[in-house]
Amino acid sequence: MASPRRARGDQADPAGTELLSASDVARTVARIAHQIIEKTSFDAGAATRVVLLGLPTRGAPLARRLGAAISDFTGAAPGVGTLDATLYRDDLRRRPTRSLEPTALPEGGIDDRLVILVDDVLFSGRTVRAALDALRDHGRPRAVQLAVLVDRGHRELPIRADYVGKNVPTSRAEQVEVLLTEVDGRDTVLLRRDPGADTAGAAR
Amino acid sequence: MKHLLSTADLDAATATSLLDTADRLRQALLGREVHKLPTLRGRTVVTLFYEDSTRTRVSFEIAGKWMSADTINVSAKGSSVAKGESLRDTAATLAAAGADCVIIRHPSSGAAHRVAAWSKGDALDGRGPSVVNAGDGTHEHPTQALLDAATLRDRLGSIAGKRIGIVGDVLHSRVARSNVTLLATLGAEVTLVAPPTLLPVGVGDWPCRVRHHLDAELPGWDAVMMLRVQAERFAGPAGPEGRFRGFFPSAREYAIGYGLSDRRLSMLPGHSVVLHPGPMVRGMEIAPAVADSPRAAVLQQVRNGVHVRMAVLYHLLAGAPQ
Repeated sequence: MASPRRARGDQADPAGTELLSASDVARTVARIAHQIIEKTSFDAGAATRVVLLGLPTRGAPLARRLGAAISDFTGAAPGVGTLDATLYRDDLRRRPTRSLEPTALPEGGIDDRLVILVDDVLFSGRTVRAALDALRDHGRPRAVQLAVLVDRGHRELPIRADYVGKNVPTSRAEQVEVLLTEVDGRDTVLLRRDPGADTAGAAR
Repeated sequence: MKHLLSTADLDAATATSLLDTADRLRQALLGREVHKLPTLRGRTVVTLFYEDSTRTRVSFEIAGKWMSADTINVSAKGSSVAKGESLRDTAATLAAAGADCVIIRHPSSGAAHRVAAWSKGDALDGRGPSVVNAGDGTHEHPTQALLDAATLRDRLGSIAGKRIGIVGDVLHSRVARSNVTLLATLGAEVTLVAPPTLLPVGVGDWPCRVRHHLDAELPGWDAVMMLRVQAERFAGPAGPEGRFRGFFPSAREYAIGYGLSDRRLSMLPGHSVVLHPGPMVRGMEIAPAVADSPRAAVLQQVRNGVHVRMAVLYHLLAGAPQ
């Protein structure tokens, strides 16, 4: 079967096709921030009720950017933190030992707050499931929502995002790579073919 | 990583990643009511102790339980060892019974290495349990060195370039041997201070300086680690004060030469830290007031011990089998 090539205009580029440019990323973050403000009726009174938790690695800077954008637009800052769910993953035994990332919950914890999990790419949904399990051990949020920069499909669990920056139909043999200034030195989202195209558990 | 037998097996990158994992685990558990992570669910960890221990055994058991492993304690007293079973048979029994990890403390140097070698045996198809050395004779105690390094990193910010003294009964100390190797790997400048009778043969080849006069060294140290005088391991003809067998004349004499007194504490730089692996013999190697001073990190060492041992179990048991 021919691989489901997407319209790209150029030949297979080893550097990948750009899905979002730096300014697209900035606009997308601003748009998600507005959607969060609207959906949560965010104002000064709500600031203490909303917590953005980034999933490392790249969800963490995204959560900080969303927090900063929300506070720019409304003058009130939501709680921002990071949550590493590695210890709750269901695929630990299938790979070499993963290194752990920082966890830092905002002052006051997550009990009775609206927690918005933030990640760069939503793929199988397994990372989010692990994060939901981790949250349960940290407290009892009033509700949990999910914000992602890119939703690339291929869910393996009944999980969906409440805020999506960009929906990208992909094949499993492709890789969506989000680069952020804080981690990678530049902002961009790339789509590339996974050279070792192995369907099980590819990228993220 | 399959086994943890010696700090000499750890390069700087591996040691640092173990310490980082320990930090992350501490963060993950910080402020939580439920100290339980699901990471090692269904894995079985056996502690096999042929020597007495409080700290090490308890913290390995807590570490295993907090990560949802099933932990089982076997001590030589009250097991088939008391009926004369050999180490090899006991180890094979634990492996056959389904242990994924055996944590062993044994009075003979090299015991953990032997158990690890048998764990590769044909009978187990090369898939025997991981082995952690929790102290073998006077040889090594790697998790103690890791928790000391974690404590030094907490208190001093980093280890590379720091000057660290290790004082006392180096001869019988597996803690000293493991620490010298690990701290040197991590870039610290280590100095051993001990009476000549309590230094092992070949200490000149260790990656450290060796001195005999404590007072001269104290002002230059960022941290000092006091070792317990392990009189129960002393061998030789009885000296004037019988139990010290001629290694030094008396407890009082030892304290004057090598004990960390109030006076000596004040000779250390203000930012320096005092470590002791425990159990402490107050009044001998460390004065009671020093042991209780805020400069002493003894209880912080124990707390770090749990996180470091969780990190070791994570690195040995969580990933795909090699």
